[in-house]
Amino acid sequence: MAEVTLKNITRSFGPDVALDDVSMTVPDGSFVVLLGPTGAGKTTTLRMVSGLDVPDSGEIYIGDTPMNGLTPAQRNVAMVFQQYSLYPHMTVRENLEFPLKSPLLNTPPDQIQRKVGEVAEVLQISHKLDNKATALSGGEMQRVSIGRALVRNPAVYLMDEPLSSLDAKLRSDLRIELKGIQADSGATLLYVTHDQIEAMTMATHVGVLDHGRLVQFGTPREIYEDPVSVYAASRLGQPRINIVPADLFGTAPSGAASMGLRPEQIRQGAGQESLVTRVEHLGDQTRLHLFFREHDLITVTDPHTALKSGDIVQIEPHQPFYFNADGARIA
Amino acid sequence: MTYSVTEPSDRQKWIAGFLVIGYALITLMPLLWIIATGFKSPADAIAYPPKVLFEPTLEGYVNLFTTRTRVTEETLASLGEPTTWYDRIVRQYDMIIAGPSRYGERFLNSVIIGFGSTFLSVFLGTIAAYAFSRFRVPLKDDLLFFILSTRMMPPIAVAIPIFLMFRQLGLNDTHAGMILLYTAVNLSLSVWLIHGFIEEIPIEYEEAALIDGYTRFQAFYKVVLPQAATGIASTAIFCLIFAWNEYAFAVLLTSGTAQTAPPFIPTIIGVGGQDWPAVAAGATIFLVPVMVFTILLRKHLLRGITFGAVRK
Repeated sequence: MAEVTLKNITRSFGPDVALDDVSMTVPDGSFVVLLGPTGAGKTTTLRMVSGLDVPDSGEIYIGDTPMNGLTPAQRNVAMVFQQYSLYPHMTVRENLEFPLKSPLLNTPPDQIQRKVGEVAEVLQISHKLDNKATALSGGEMQRVSIGRALVRNPAVYLMDEPLSSLDAKLRSDLRIELKGIQADSGATLLYVTHDQIEAMTMATHVGVLDHGRLVQFGTPREIYEDPVSVYAASRLGQPRINIVPADLFGTAPSGAASMGLRPEQIRQGAGQESLVTRVEHLGDQTRLHLFFREHDLITVTDPHTALKSGDIVQIEPHQPFYFNADGARIA
Repeated sequence: MTYSVTEPSDRQKWIAGFLVIGYALITLMPLLWIIATGFKSPADAIAYPPKVLFEPTLEGYVNLFTTRTRVTEETLASLGEPTTWYDRIVRQYDMIIAGPSRYGERFLNSVIIGFGSTFLSVFLGTIAAYAFSRFRVPLKDDLLFFILSTRMMPPIAVAIPIFLMFRQLGLNDTHAGMILLYTAVNLSLSVWLIHGFIEEIPIEYEEAALIDGYTRFQAFYKVVLPQAATGIASTAIFCLIFAWNEYAFAVLLTSGTAQTAPPFIPTIIGVGGQDWPAVAAGATIFLVPVMVFTILLRKHLLRGITFGAVRK
């Protein structure tokens, strides 16, 4: 396992800038999640590290070794593709063996057998080992695809939305499993997702990408509690942060154009009156949709609340975030 | 218009089967006629009305593979009893077998030239198609169009320049020359067909293989090639059929050492009258390799393109 360093990586595809001067250090043994919407440059970052794509400028190091000019095989990285990319002419077992049989690893047969068995066990695909890769459900394919990375012991694991097509139960199982594997093995993992629950639960660090720029890099808590911009603040938190004019509740710091209120930053039971427009009982939490001075707000309330739509509830902001006109955090 | 997705009824199956068999009979009739004629005696072959039932004989095949000379009855008598079944057939006509005919050599030439050019077309076509599909080739579209354009006029239109070039280069009547020529003609077909098949294979498979520790060539060999096998096999069949059946260039450019079977078969007719059974026998044997080749590769033709393991 190793540290991965990106230094001033820039990559354009024709007129589109996919990565714009991205620098970051993925510490050895960390689980780094890259967050951002489609087109933010998450997948491109993975491809740069893997060697499937090369930067226009900038340098990538795995450990202390510069990766310039090295092929993907030479970099010793494992990658899980968003499109599972299982070899369709092979069985599940052959797919899992494929990296171990490569000239790079050239693993002895008994070790291959053992490793494939272990990984199949963890991913609950032991009974499918002799099926054709094409004769699997989407979820099974994705697990095999994860398995093909896990059989190896690479410098770094790269995963591109590996859980995106699994059902909710399997997804939460595998989330815990992946996190466990990473924690036990001390593997360095660079993980792309737009699922913030995955980011919050698994990441030791989160990198927020916006149009090819890395706008914030830190622990999930840091990004949640101390976002640098409206954009970064909007990446995490469910329900999403409420962005309203800075002076909605009265005075605002000078230069503030908007105010960000996470649900817990809206205090109920004191302050100014707002109208309840909808109450969503989700079981473990209850979401309150409020209408306040021509603005919609969403917050969370007691799961067993007696509030119903049409009621009036008093609210006040509590340590809100303030952003300037460009969306940058000022307070 | 609505389409039924239910199992067809027995009556529908009967009608469909009847139509298919009827159609097959019509299209196969000339083939059956050729095969049957190969087993007729020369008299039966030209009988009118044509004989559907006849006494089969291997005369045509004996005549195809041998040259014979007429001898006097005394000579014949001095030879004693015929020792083999083919001697017996020949002596009915006061003839003896003088030696083997050239059909065997010509057939072998066809095999060498046909399969040689097919292998070369498919090999070159595959690597060219892979490059066009996976690498950034300058002027890719123009080059592909140029390759296709070589097929836009009938090859025989350039027969004379090719004849002159071949004479200059000493390629006239050589195996290498014919393989080169048929490869050149087939290459455009092969590049285009295989390019289409490779384009359908998502690039993610190779990327996965590169990450899994393989070189690009190994990824091509272990991942792309098995998936393109279907397309490559059908392309090979098309190339072989062209090279195997080609007549015009073979007549023009070969006469002795490298002559293939198609220009040779009609010449059988001239040996000792109109020997239709021998011609039919030659044609029948000539059909076999293409049939065998097609049947061997049928699995690939029918298997269809693999799909499903990459989510689009």
